[in-house]
Amino acid sequence: MKKFLAMLMAAAMVFGAAACSSGNNTGNNGGNAGNDGGSGDAGNDGAIVIRIGGIGPRTGDTAMYGLATERGAQIAVDEINALGGDIQLEYRFEDDTGVAETAVSAYNTLKDWDVDVIYGCTTTAPCVSVAAETYADRYFQLTPSASSTDVTADKDNVFQMCFTDPGQGVTAADYVAENGLATKVGVIYNNGDAYSTGIAQGFIAHAPEVGLEVVTEQTFPDDSNTDFTVQLTACRDAGAELVFMPIYYTPAALILNQAKNQLNYSPLFFGGDGMDGILGVVDESLAKGLMLLTPFNASSTEEATANFVAKYEADYGETPNQFAADGYDCVYAIYQALQQIDNLAEIAAMDPAERHTALCDALVSVFTSPDFSFSGITGSGMTWGTNGEVTKDPMVVVVEGGAYVTQ
Amino acid sequence: MSFLSYLITGISLGSIYAIIALGYTMVYGIAKMLNFAHGDVIMVGAYVCFFAMAGLSGQMEAGSLAAAVVPQVAGVLLAMVVCTILGVVIEGLAYKPLRQAPSLAVLITAIGVSWFLQNAAQLLWGAAPKNFTSIVSGAVSLADGTLNISYVTMLTVVTCLVIMVGLTTFIGKGKMGKAMRACSEDKAAAQLMGINVNATISVTFAIGSALAAVAGVLMCSAYPTLMPTTGALPGIKAFTAAVFGGIGSIPGAFLGGLLLGIIETFTKAYISTDLSDAIVFLVLIVVLLVKPSGLLGRFVPEKV
Amino acid sequence: MSGKTKTLRVRKTTVNALINYAMVIVVFAATQILIGQGAISNTIQSMLVPVCCYVVMAVSLNLTVGILGELSLGHAGFMSLGAFSGIIAATLLQDAVPAAPLRLAIAMVVGGVFGGVGGVIIGLPVLRLRGDYLAIVTLAFGEIIKNVIQVLYIGLDENGLHFATKEANLALSETGKAILKGPMGATGVAKLASFTAGFLLILITLFVVQNLVDSRAGRAILSLRDNRIAAESVGISVTKYKLMAFVISAVLAGAAGALYGLNYSSTVASKFDFNTSILVLVYVVLGGLGSIRGSIIAAAVLTLLPELLRNGAINDYRMLIYAIILILVMLVTNNPTLRGGVDMAVKRIRGIGKKEQTEGGAQ
Repeated sequence: MKKFLAMLMAAAMVFGAAACSSGNNTGNNGGNAGNDGGSGDAGNDGAIVIRIGGIGPRTGDTAMYGLATERGAQIAVDEINALGGDIQLEYRFEDDTGVAETAVSAYNTLKDWDVDVIYGCTTTAPCVSVAAETYADRYFQLTPSASSTDVTADKDNVFQMCFTDPGQGVTAADYVAENGLATKVGVIYNNGDAYSTGIAQGFIAHAPEVGLEVVTEQTFPDDSNTDFTVQLTACRDAGAELVFMPIYYTPAALILNQAKNQLNYSPLFFGGDGMDGILGVVDESLAKGLMLLTPFNASSTEEATANFVAKYEADYGETPNQFAADGYDCVYAIYQALQQIDNLAEIAAMDPAERHTALCDALVSVFTSPDFSFSGITGSGMTWGTNGEVTKDPMVVVVEGGAYVTQ
Repeated sequence: MSFLSYLITGISLGSIYAIIALGYTMVYGIAKMLNFAHGDVIMVGAYVCFFAMAGLSGQMEAGSLAAAVVPQVAGVLLAMVVCTILGVVIEGLAYKPLRQAPSLAVLITAIGVSWFLQNAAQLLWGAAPKNFTSIVSGAVSLADGTLNISYVTMLTVVTCLVIMVGLTTFIGKGKMGKAMRACSEDKAAAQLMGINVNATISVTFAIGSALAAVAGVLMCSAYPTLMPTTGALPGIKAFTAAVFGGIGSIPGAFLGGLLLGIIETFTKAYISTDLSDAIVFLVLIVVLLVKPSGLLGRFVPEKV
Repeated sequence: MSGKTKTLRVRKTTVNALINYAMVIVVFAATQILIGQGAISNTIQSMLVPVCCYVVMAVSLNLTVGILGELSLGHAGFMSLGAFSGIIAATLLQDAVPAAPLRLAIAMVVGGVFGGVGGVIIGLPVLRLRGDYLAIVTLAFGEIIKNVIQVLYIGLDENGLHFATKEANLALSETGKAILKGPMGATGVAKLASFTAGFLLILITLFVVQNLVDSRAGRAILSLRDNRIAAESVGISVTKYKLMAFVISAVLAGAAGALYGLNYSSTVASKFDFNTSILVLVYVVLGGLGSIRGSIIAAAVLTLLPELLRNGAINDYRMLIYAIILILVMLVTNNPTLRGGVDMAVKRIRGIGKKEQTEGGAQ
């Protein structure tokens, strides 16, 4: 037994050595992008090279969200590097399996790689842990989709591309009330998930203020839950005209299916941004009439969006969802902010240990400056406050004919 | 009326647990090992059926009778064939070398196989969920549409019964069945009586995996989201169901599965959706404390 | 499920125990020196505390599975109890105990107490079950703990602790702060854990477990595993000694949980699920049932392995490779033929190594 453990250990050490060497022996300003699964050809000699390190789940239950953020950002990095400007990006994405422990070690792997800017994490709980580390170490961090207020709370260096959870709940309640969609509302959410619970609680707290009556609150414990007829029956029996479902699209697909096929119950269904992606997993007839709050519409004819969607479909064989779009915007927002840093060349010439601190301070002041505004495919005229939360116009879409129609 | 509709929901959920538990319990009963990879074989079966149906229905003439039947039947059969081969290969590569090892070693290997299948599935088929097309759609409406029993549920219950009767007969009668029972009692003694223990256990895995394929197709027909991790939680729930009914007992797995589904649904409906998992497991614990070998489990007195 | 394990040395000599202490101390000292010289990457440094936690988890689970011989699939539940009670204790004492190491120590004691209370509550009714039935009941308890913590909200203000099942019902005063927020878990936790604390916890765990095994009580526990009926017939109380082993195991897991919880800014209940319990069981079985040293090494290596597999070329296949390595190691260590083959190969490689060494020395 001991021998095999020793061998196992030896094997692990070999891997470790390989990992270390590939992490450390890369000069940072030489424009030698492309190692370590990094991407893009930093073709422009003498350009400033900035390393963006992404973190998100590539394996496990939430892999589909993490992979989407990884790929969306990859497309942006490739586009920016192809422009051949003065700033070239090196990009590397590490797996956190959706767990805080792994996310922190992924972050440290990126530190070993002399990362300059942290992009991530995809999900909330890992992001809170990583944000505490980046705050202490002084790295600029922009998350595409970790939407809890805990992510940015008390940290000046962490920014979000997505709406905060309670903010989204409030926006949804306002929208429902203003448009007179319903007065009696049922809420179904995942009480094992921070994102879902955050939006639901924001909605439930705000609903009475705008004249909505929450007739029932139903929960389920996990996204791998399969049966929702009890929750739907409760909504039906309570007379809910609208069912608010701030949940991810995988359980939502089952809810739509069971409401129609088992209960003949057809209220207005209203979802949050996690619902984006639903068109890929339900039949057109089921999704018809579904409303959701999403910053991104893949069927939009706008040039930037259409261009992104085409590239994503060509590279990965599926339609991008808002996670991918948020990732794409994150990289462009960082790029735009980098361009506005006056002494970027000076910062880039610093030693890696000091560079990220200087870059963090510079990027924070750009992001929070009143003149900084970013327009991307998940919204235009976005601005950030000192609390790291984004301000952008919410967009509500309704599904018609298998596509989103902006309201 | 809502009681009846909850009961139907519970039965349809429970029948899915039951059909998975049947495969679990059969393998346990004969090979005496907890095959934690069973849930993932189910997932593979569902993927195979999904791609077979997608591939075939594209080639069929739309609207024809053949288009409505052939892809489904072919999909199920192909899934069964692939899973059978997969089951035998897994058994031969990962479990057979450990025949003499302590049962915990086999348990850990099964967990390794489970992780392997999940990650391989993600690499092969992507992490994004697939929308599984139900092999039978529609439902029977009773009482002016307030009660709906889907055809999938009926098919699952019928399939469960068929499998249950089939397995009981197969194991109870015939040469192979006798060999299986002998292996279950005492592998060494069975070997001495001229039974090929390795072959018998391989057959057990082949049957168990074919059942997993059927379970996978029916599960995804009822709950049509298919992901690489689809098999993980139902695998645990089915394991629970199998223990609930008395692990190793085939009727027990059916009963355990159904009861688990019904208890889970009633808990959500009448007590709390927040704590449904906790309450279901609490019921399980109480049942096991009262009846330590499960509902229909055989109590084996200890030999001194 | 209890195994007649070959790897267990029933007579654990003091020497054996001392080797374990020495091994841990040497590795700790070497790591500290290497950190001082900047020779250890950030990745490995960030893994040191979790490695310590998993080592303690593995050794303590080994007490239940390897030494008591009862399969438990809910060990992460005790870790969870320890983690959240430890976090709450540390937050409560924020002002009262300014010294961070002392606060951490108190939190770990609190975590251990809560883990132990959980162990008594679970152990009393269920230890009369056996084999797979005990396994499923411990699994069930692990899931119950997870589910209950997921709906629990705990807040703190000048009036003390508040408990609720909805954040809105916490009724905190304006200066109050929610510590545990249901599915969001505990966030904004001050990071107190350190490698030194983890090292000390491992030493304490080794001290407790090794002395227990070597004591009169330990021999009673071992006798229950090897032949319960014979043990009972000579007057050994089954319930007492089973519970003793189970609760000690839970206390240690609770302390490890507190250390783990105080190492991250956020901790969620879903982390401590069935998969984590299984993972710890993997360490125990891979290290050898009953072998304390095996548990330590297996837990350390297998916790580091996925991190060491982070490498550009194989990044996509990281977890797949991890699974394959696990299966292969299980096969090689448990199959007589493969084991013999590898033994020979190892000898041959060693032979070559020795030859080279002597040749090198001649030059």
